[in-house]
Order: sequence, then structure tokens, then C-alpha cells
Amino acid sequence: MSSLTKISVSPHIHSGRSTAGIMRDVLISLVPAAVAGTVIFGWTALLPIAVCIIACVGFEALFNLIVKKEQTVSDLSAAVTGLLLALNLPANIPLWQCVVGSLFAIVVVKCLFGGIGGNLVNPAITARVFMLVAFGEMAVSAFPVDAVAGATPLSAAKLPSLLDLFLGNYGGAIGETCTLALLLGFIYLLVRRVITWHIPTVFIGTVFLFTFFYVGFDAVEALSLTMAGGVFLGAIFMATDYVTSPSTAWGKVIFALGAGLLTCLIRYFGVYPEGVSFAILFMNILTPYINQWTRHKVFAGGVKA
Amino acid sequence: MSDKKASLATLTNGILKENPTLVLILGTCPTLATTQTVIGAVGMGIAALLVLLCSNVFISLLRRVIPESMRIPSYIVIIAGFVTVVKMLVQAYVPSLYESLGVYLDLITVNCIILGRAEMFASKNPVVSAALDGIGMGIGFTLALGAMATIREVFGAASFAGIAIPFLQNYKIAFLTKAPGGLLVYGLLIALVYAVTHGRAPLKKSFSCEGCVHAANCHVKSCETKGEVQ
Repeated sequence: MSSLTKISVSPHIHSGRSTAGIMRDVLISLVPAAVAGTVIFGWTALLPIAVCIIACVGFEALFNLIVKKEQTVSDLSAAVTGLLLALNLPANIPLWQCVVGSLFAIVVVKCLFGGIGGNLVNPAITARVFMLVAFGEMAVSAFPVDAVAGATPLSAAKLPSLLDLFLGNYGGAIGETCTLALLLGFIYLLVRRVITWHIPTVFIGTVFLFTFFYVGFDAVEALSLTMAGGVFLGAIFMATDYVTSPSTAWGKVIFALGAGLLTCLIRYFGVYPEGVSFAILFMNILTPYINQWTRHKVFAGGVKA
Repeated sequence: MSDKKASLATLTNGILKENPTLVLILGTCPTLATTQTVIGAVGMGIAALLVLLCSNVFISLLRRVIPESMRIPSYIVIIAGFVTVVKMLVQAYVPSLYESLGVYLDLITVNCIILGRAEMFASKNPVVSAALDGIGMGIGFTLALGAMATIREVFGAASFAGIAIPFLQNYKIAFLTKAPGGLLVYGLLIALVYAVTHGRAPLKKSFSCEGCVHAANCHVKSCETKGEVQ
């Protein structure tokens, strides 16, 4: 991190970027994953995607209308939340559950805490966890890959081949299976400088290393387990949310390290199948503290209170 | 005239403005534990109302007799006595409710609402006001529990007071009947009441440090400046 990116005193130059612009980039970067999901799971995968986006945008507009707040739909953040949530769901999910999940993500997690920028935790991740817990009995079959990875991580025979895992040719949530598409999105976000490399790289690296040691130094199996499930989707798109991840470089590293470790701990030793969501949710809550620990020193100031 | 107004205010305070569950945030344990079903919640509310009414009256009557240093044990003995009476009545006449409430019926003894009202109100006010306060707070508690239980049972178990709601059968959100769902609904209701009352919960007024159980460990500035109790 060069010193140029640190926050300094005025005068400032406006970079010309806007929230809507950044959100548009995130939406574009998610298109490959959505397309891959549609190819793999058939056109029915488009239904949850459409329902989630429409519901998220609709609920945000409705909420702002009811509480007479400034309309914030045009910043596209609700659409991003909807798309991310849908990509985290299985293609055959009942559509009413999508609507309830969107309601939870937008109204409970985001709007009630003050709208964009005010939310403590990532709306899409929290809604996914909520749906997993809320519709637990119905969704047992909905998260098959992480369920396999979680319950019997050593039965590698059940895992698809590396190529299938890379191309996404196996069961799971709509957007999480095709690693290739997710990496394309990652590269786009890096090129457009929407996110930095810290969180995704450290997150995925931590999961890989932990798994590598856990499975007994078998690199192929470790790589398979890292690519299966929601690690890539979570690390690239959910953990990098500006609002709920640390803003300093070291903070991001700590955040990603913690999320990666928690993901593995929950996967290999926990009872819930979905480690990634819980891990990110937990680190979201720690973000303000991480920010505080890793805050830049103020030049010629900062008298201790 | 103003007397009448004041006593009416005492009665209605507990329902919304100083609702024990949703504004004063007292008695959260029975609130979360017994609101899975409407019947259990309302039963709990009524049982607590009876105990609250009796203990408020009794403590108000004895307020000049009970020595300051022995007040908490005295309150607990009085409350426990009434809880035993109510418990036996419930066991005798509504055994199914007795079964479903289980240990929470006994735990009314240490319910913060009842102890809190004894401390904050009954020990400082005449009998009639104390009785009205007990009824108001009891109704407020019952309504809050009933509202919470309605949301949790209708959307979580697709039934109301044990009667199945046919068209919701396929749309159960089982999460709401579990503990985290309870906390979620509880938080949302608190937010709703805060929005309706514009956050004008009379916190300072009713929580003067004098008589506050937590005064010794309290970090709130206003409390410290007013001095400790014991």
C-alpha cells in the first residue's frame, strides 16, 4: 500500500467515481458467474436471480417510501445484493423463500441500520445464513457440496475432478460452482480497481493451506476442497464489501486470515455445512475493531486521550 | 381531577410508554422462552400479571415496615409466596399450561419486571397507585408477549393459538420458533415501539439511581453524579 492511498488533509481531488459506478462494475463482474450458473443448472437458474434482484430493489424502494427517506435505489447497491444473494442459492429453491430472504437482506440487515454504509454486516451473506437456518429442513439438499465437504471432508472419492470443479460442472449454489467465471470477475474488479487483492488472495490462500495440512499434505485434494463450495464466491465478492470489511491493508489481511481460518474450522469441525457465510459474517462483526487496531498514525497529531 | 388523570396515567404507562418488555427491556428471559406459542405467552403474561398485582399491593402496604437494607430478600419472599399460589392454581385448573410453561412459572419469582416494579414503584407509592401500576405493567407484559408469540407462531409454525392456518402450511419459517428467531422478533418489536414513541422512553425518570439494582456497577454518567444507593 503506497502512502498515496492514505487519507490526507485537503485539498482532495475527486476521482470521479460514484457508488453507482462501483456497483455497476460489481454487477458486470458477476455476469460470468450468473451465465455459468445458467449454463450449468439450466434456464431455471434465471428465476431466483430475477426474483432476488426485483425483490431487493423493490423492498428498498418501498422502505424508503414508507419512512420517507431519500430514494437510494439508483445507486444499484440493492441490485448487487439481490444478484449476490441469488448466486448463493441453489437453482431449485422455492421462489417465496427468495422473497423472504431478500426482505431480510434489504429491510432487516440494511435499511433498519440506516441504509447503504450503515449496515453492520453484509446483507447478502446474512440473508444466506438466515435462509440456511430459517428453512433448514427444506434446504438440506440445497447446499450439497459444502455439506459433503463439511461432513466427510476426507472422502475425496465423492468430489468431482479438478477440471469439473474449475468449470463448475457439479451441484451447488447457482454462482459458486464455476471457479473460472468467478476468477474472471475477480480480474475485472482488480483491473477496474474496485477491490484490492488482499482479501480474496489471503482468504483463499488460508483455506488452501489449512486444508493442505488437514488432509495430510495432498495438494490435489486440498485444491479440490478449496474450489468446492462457496470459498471463491465469498472471498471475491462478499468479503470485499466496502462497508463491512476493514479499510486498511493490514486490516484486510487480518480480516481475510480470520475468515479463512473460521471457514475451515466450521467446515471440518462444525455442525453447519456452510462455513464461508458464517466466517464472513463473524469477521464482519469484528471489522470495526480491526479498523481500530490497524488505524494509520496521524502525522504531527494524535494526542492520546 | 388531576388525581384521576395521574392514576389513569399510572395504569396506561405500562402498556406502551413504559412497556416493561419493549421499552424498559425487563424480563427478557420469559419473553424469549415462552413466546413460541400464543397460548403459552398469554398464560405467562396473565400469571405474571396476577403475581405483579398482588406483590405490588403487598409491598406498597409494607413499604414503611420493610427496612432498607433488607428490602430485596423481603421482596423476594413476598413475590415467591404469590408465585407459589399462582403456580398451584395453574397446576390445578390449567394443567396443560402448567406442563408447557414448566420451570418458567417458578422463575416468575425472579422476573425482573416484578422485582423492578417493587423497587421502582411499589416501595415508594401508595397502595392504589401500586395496584394500578401492577395491572398496567402486567397488561403491557401480556400484550408484548402476545404480539411476539403471534408473529412467531403464525409465521414460524403456521398456526395461531394451536389452530392451524391452512394457506400458510407450505410457507413455514421454522427459524422464528427457535431461540435466534425469538431474539430477532424481539429486536424488531423494540425498534417498532421506539419508532412509534419516537424514542421518548422516559429512561431517566424511572431509572433514577436511587433504588436501582445496578447502581453499584453502573457506568452511566448521570447515575454516578447522582450518587450511589447503598
